[in-house]
Amino acid sequence: MRRGIAAAALALAVAMTGAGCGGDDKPADSDSGTITWWDTSDATTEAPTYQALVAEFQAKNPKIKVNYVNVPFSDAEQKFKTAAQGGSGAPDVMRSDVGWTPAFAAQGYLLPLDGTVAVDQAADFLAGPAGTAKYDGKTYGAPQVTDTLGLLYNKALFAKAGITAAPATWAELKTAAQALKAKAGVDGVYLNPDSYFLLPFLYGEGANLVDVPNKKITVNAPEAVKGVETAKDLVASGAAAKPAYTDGYANMQAAFKDGKVGMIINGPWSAADIFSGKSFQDKANLGIAPVPAGSSGKAGAPVGGHNLVVYAGTTHATAAEQFVQFMTSATTEASTAAKLGTLPARTSAYTPEITKNEVIKSFQQAMAVAQPRIALPQASDLLGPLSQDYVKILQGEPAQAGLDNSAKEFAKLLPGWTAP
Amino acid sequence: MTRLRRGFDRHWYAYAMVAPVVLVLALLVLYPLARGLWFSLTDANESNIGRTIGPNHIPSTYDFVGLDNYWHILSGAEGHFYPVLGWTVTWTLVCVALHYGFGLGLALLLNQRARFRTGYRIMLILPWAVPPFVSVFAWRLLLNGQEGIVNKALGGLGLPAVAWLSDPTWQKVSVILVNTWIGVPFMMVALLGGLQSIPAELYEAAEMDGASAWHRFRYVTVPSLRPISNTVILLGCIWTFNQFAIIFLLVGQAAGASSQILVTYAYQLAFSGVRDYSGSATYGALILSLLLVFAVVYKRRLGSPAKEGTA
Repeated sequence: MRRGIAAAALALAVAMTGAGCGGDDKPADSDSGTITWWDTSDATTEAPTYQALVAEFQAKNPKIKVNYVNVPFSDAEQKFKTAAQGGSGAPDVMRSDVGWTPAFAAQGYLLPLDGTVAVDQAADFLAGPAGTAKYDGKTYGAPQVTDTLGLLYNKALFAKAGITAAPATWAELKTAAQALKAKAGVDGVYLNPDSYFLLPFLYGEGANLVDVPNKKITVNAPEAVKGVETAKDLVASGAAAKPAYTDGYANMQAAFKDGKVGMIINGPWSAADIFSGKSFQDKANLGIAPVPAGSSGKAGAPVGGHNLVVYAGTTHATAAEQFVQFMTSATTEASTAAKLGTLPARTSAYTPEITKNEVIKSFQQAMAVAQPRIALPQASDLLGPLSQDYVKILQGEPAQAGLDNSAKEFAKLLPGWTAP
Repeated sequence: MTRLRRGFDRHWYAYAMVAPVVLVLALLVLYPLARGLWFSLTDANESNIGRTIGPNHIPSTYDFVGLDNYWHILSGAEGHFYPVLGWTVTWTLVCVALHYGFGLGLALLLNQRARFRTGYRIMLILPWAVPPFVSVFAWRLLLNGQEGIVNKALGGLGLPAVAWLSDPTWQKVSVILVNTWIGVPFMMVALLGGLQSIPAELYEAAEMDGASAWHRFRYVTVPSLRPISNTVILLGCIWTFNQFAIIFLLVGQAAGASSQILVTYAYQLAFSGVRDYSGSATYGALILSLLLVFAVVYKRRLGSPAKEGTA
């Protein structure tokens, strides 16, 4: 019965691919044609820079046309999965978050790039980002940008509140936030109620979501509970603004740009957006520091960033690889860094001119405390259930109960792992 | 058998006429339905379902697990079904009651002779004419906790801001509010049509008998509207029960799990994290059976002639 259905489905799939794009098995001249690129960068502040690069690439390679599509970051993972699994509508090149890349590769959605022009200068990539593009010994992506979270603050508001240095621990951050509220009349800090932005609180206590070598789920261990309680206390005590649980990120940015909140936790990608706000017309008003440390005395933030990946079902692999090569070349990465303040993923892109950029310089220092992501294809799937419980915890549920529930959800994603 | 053949011989053209429709329905409705039901009996998810991506052919490796999925959900072991069902039923009842109440009230008002009646009618139908996703996004901006105009207005009156889209309870109030806004025009139009088809003689006769305005409403309007009311309430229940767009678009996917109704929750299972196709298909089958049972019971209760005309 099952085999029958599978065979029928396969026959249908074959028939459909055959009908849809006849003769796709032997692309005659694959370094020409139209390729589609899904970009997930901010549509208003970042996209124009990338669109200009696309135009430059087309001018250099007149036989290749790049169809630029901007897909909102929050929808892109699911959209790509749906298109890739369905076998139609997936782009040839995709800007994939470093957390998604191993998961896509594990499902067979990506083309290995080893030995292609896409990664012809692989040794130049920074070790951290390059690691995120590998799965099972093969390279599935070319790192485009790297990033981490840092503490972003409004220097004018800090001066008003009489704060002289960026807080180095969460306890200091709470004091600073209360001073901002009392003396500058603004909210101290805005925490985006999303699990990715919770990670610095966990890392500060030496906690992590899972312990990979021992195959253990550690999200509800005492250290993790302590980290989440720090975040909860910031909101409950009024030191942090009451976050919006729908549109949390957008509201955080809006409040910070308008000078209604003194501090936020965010990454270098947000710099272009922040500089469009009225409080940051003078770019020097933005202060950037590494994320504060927890009670362990250590600070930690997740390594993020994006890779350009090529869809396994592409009919224009060579053109796609050429495009990836162009978009991740040292020149391109340096020029985007200069315009957007993003961190290049190549050593040679850190030219003296780039490292003079305040945002890049500060985030390079913040990278010093960055922790690599969990080396698991499911790593990015863990963040979904944790976000739901984090929201409930901030709304009043005890931290332990919320994290116990996350651990239960993790166990479903990681069969065979032990939960405390 | 011979009767069947004779029937076919005589009506072959009828079969030929309906064949294209049957074929399209089979492709668009029956095939996905059958596939969904089949998935609900397996442990299919994103990683074990067969797929062909370019040169990668990955065969299916999911297995038949019988009624395990149904037992897992209905026994409560899965932990979400009963809370979600409870909220879905509350949501449906409250929304349909508000739709019908406001719809009937507005229809009665618009049935009066008044100046600019056509203008009012057009204005009141507008929410229905706007695509739901557009109005839901507009509401999402209006209800934003910090920047939304609703909270700004409350602030102007010296009232505290309300966490419309953040607090689980207020989320529920917000989705009901928006759904009511969107759903009332349909009820209004349907009931207005019903009101206009009531013969004026009935009212005149009642008036001759000395019936007050309330009595005319109670003993003429309500019974005459009953057939149309029954139909629109049944439709309203089914639509609201499966009203996906409003909850999905207004309160989002990550936040507010307690505001999910069955259909949005089933979607979440299938299209977030590691995609749980079998769990989602099981939810789909359960939703379908709940609605079937509801429709059959409702129809039968209304269909009995003894009920007609009484109460």
